[in-house]
Amino acid sequence: MSRVLARRERRAAWLFLAPAIVVLLLVAAWPLSKTFYLSLTDANFGNPDQYGFVGLRNYADVLDDRLWWKSLSNTLFFTVASVGIETVLGIAIALLLNQAIPGRGMLRASILIPWAIPVVVSAKIWEWMLHDQFGVINAVLIHLGVIERGLAWMAEPGLALWVIVFVDVWITTPFMVLLILAGLQMISKEVLEAAYVDGVPAWRRFISITLPLLRPSIGVAVLFRTLDALRMFDLSYVLGGNSQKTMTVSIYARNQLVSFQQMGLGSAASTWVFFLVALAAILLIGLLKLHKPAEG
Amino acid sequence: MASVTLTGAQKRFGNVTVISGVDLQIADGEFVVFVGPSGCGKSTLLRMIAGLEDFSGGSLQIGGKHMEDVMASKRGVAMVFQSYALYPHMTVARNIGFALETNGMPRAEIARKTREVAELLKIGKLLDRKPRELSGGQRQRVAIGRALVRSPDVFLFDEPLSNLDADLRTEMRAEIARLHKELGVTMIYVTHDQVEAMTLADRIVVLREGRIEQVGTPAELYAHPANEFVASFIGSPRMNFAAAADVPGRGMGGAVKLGVRPEAILLSSSGLAATLERVEDLGHEQLIYVRLENGRLWTLRAAKDADVPQPGAPIFLDWPDAATYGFDAAGRAVQRSAA
Repeated sequence: MSRVLARRERRAAWLFLAPAIVVLLLVAAWPLSKTFYLSLTDANFGNPDQYGFVGLRNYADVLDDRLWWKSLSNTLFFTVASVGIETVLGIAIALLLNQAIPGRGMLRASILIPWAIPVVVSAKIWEWMLHDQFGVINAVLIHLGVIERGLAWMAEPGLALWVIVFVDVWITTPFMVLLILAGLQMISKEVLEAAYVDGVPAWRRFISITLPLLRPSIGVAVLFRTLDALRMFDLSYVLGGNSQKTMTVSIYARNQLVSFQQMGLGSAASTWVFFLVALAAILLIGLLKLHKPAEG
Repeated sequence: MASVTLTGAQKRFGNVTVISGVDLQIADGEFVVFVGPSGCGKSTLLRMIAGLEDFSGGSLQIGGKHMEDVMASKRGVAMVFQSYALYPHMTVARNIGFALETNGMPRAEIARKTREVAELLKIGKLLDRKPRELSGGQRQRVAIGRALVRSPDVFLFDEPLSNLDADLRTEMRAEIARLHKELGVTMIYVTHDQVEAMTLADRIVVLREGRIEQVGTPAELYAHPANEFVASFIGSPRMNFAAAADVPGRGMGGAVKLGVRPEAILLSSSGLAATLERVEDLGHEQLIYVRLENGRLWTLRAAKDADVPQPGAPIFLDWPDAATYGFDAAGRAVQRSAA
């Protein structure tokens, strides 16, 4: 290609990229840098124009707060449990839907319904179903003789976080199924048939062929879900409010910022959340080898 | 090694019958090619023998044992797929050895067998590569190696060369023929390419719409096609056809349609009148397309240095009587009366 043409192509490329860059600067870079800037100050919501620089003290203060660590452990527990369960369920259901069973199209469409409902609505539905006196879940369990008295699900220390995990699994497993199903359909049927004719047992075909070939799809799904889970806010906030049993790091940051009006401290907490998510992304991309090209 | 016998083999998908009552006996060590247009059921028949499709009716025997209800892996067959179907995440060595590995063979033994097969197929230097780092021909060799290493009684090939370019196809054709000669194992080979069928087969099975049209050696099928379909399918360029009434003086008793192979026709000063339309010079020979008076297009072959008239010129076609094929109203071949 001639130099003139190359230069013209490069200019066109920048022209096409410009809108995306502008939008990213406006909605991501600017708020992020603003948050980072505020995290170094003692700004207050009541009087946001008067503040002084306090260095990294806010960051240290967040780490000194027992509640921060409680929220962090809640968040990590929620992330590992929900993403883990969703991945296993997602693979299982995707394998099922990949079979030529009657009504497959209908099933595929209907499985998406929980995911299509807004999280706040789902959370409210489940809040009612789990109500200690009027909830249908307690009614069924009592009727079946599993429990004697209605459980206050969100008030039980050992249960509250599991309830949130359960509802999240209900909401987002379809997303997993969809991504993994797409990956399954990319696997050549003949590859599995070859293994079948060669006498490779079914479990071995799954472990040694299907799973490795699904790795990129599962990896992307796990990455998306993990990053989502680490900054989860709505589900916990609707079901648990400010309860420490279910508080996530996002709720913690929001409380510092909005409830306690501490813009500096809240911004520092937000920045910690950002670092947490970024670290998870880097680790997962490396661990799942998502930066490597897919096989085949 | 084993013989393969199909008796009344049937396959239906719902209401659609894909294979309707196929009877076929394949001898131990024979190379049989299933050939036919797409949708004729040849691949389905092969997959039924492999155990990838079950029988809707009829039976299959391999080495004298009933196999139609036996798992694919217990039939003693190995299959090479059109897409090669290599495991994309495994090295060449692991691709070849994977089946042995899952059968619990010791590592050293697997490595030895893998190397042996790789040497035989001239892919010994590629053992550490992944399939995506191989050319089409190399992938095909790996796929054959994967089948070979299991020492199957019967080899099944499903259009193995159709994804290769012309040069490689010729090379791999020779390679498969060599393997068959060296191993002496029964091979069943599916193709839609009649050149592959003619060059590889001990016997060719011509299929159409789930039925066998004719079974025979390549020479038999070429010289004595049982019907119009086989006559038109075997031979390239394909046989020329015309209604018997349009070719005066060349008719055969009971034949309503006549056929003449392009290589039998000579340009002459008298005979069937036609107009020359187009000449294709292939270098080693010329293909001549002529239009008969009734509008049919016929093909002729002429030597590379033959003197061919200009397009548009009126010409006459002649051929030996023995080169005329006759077909009745149902398309069946009519025997030439010994006159």
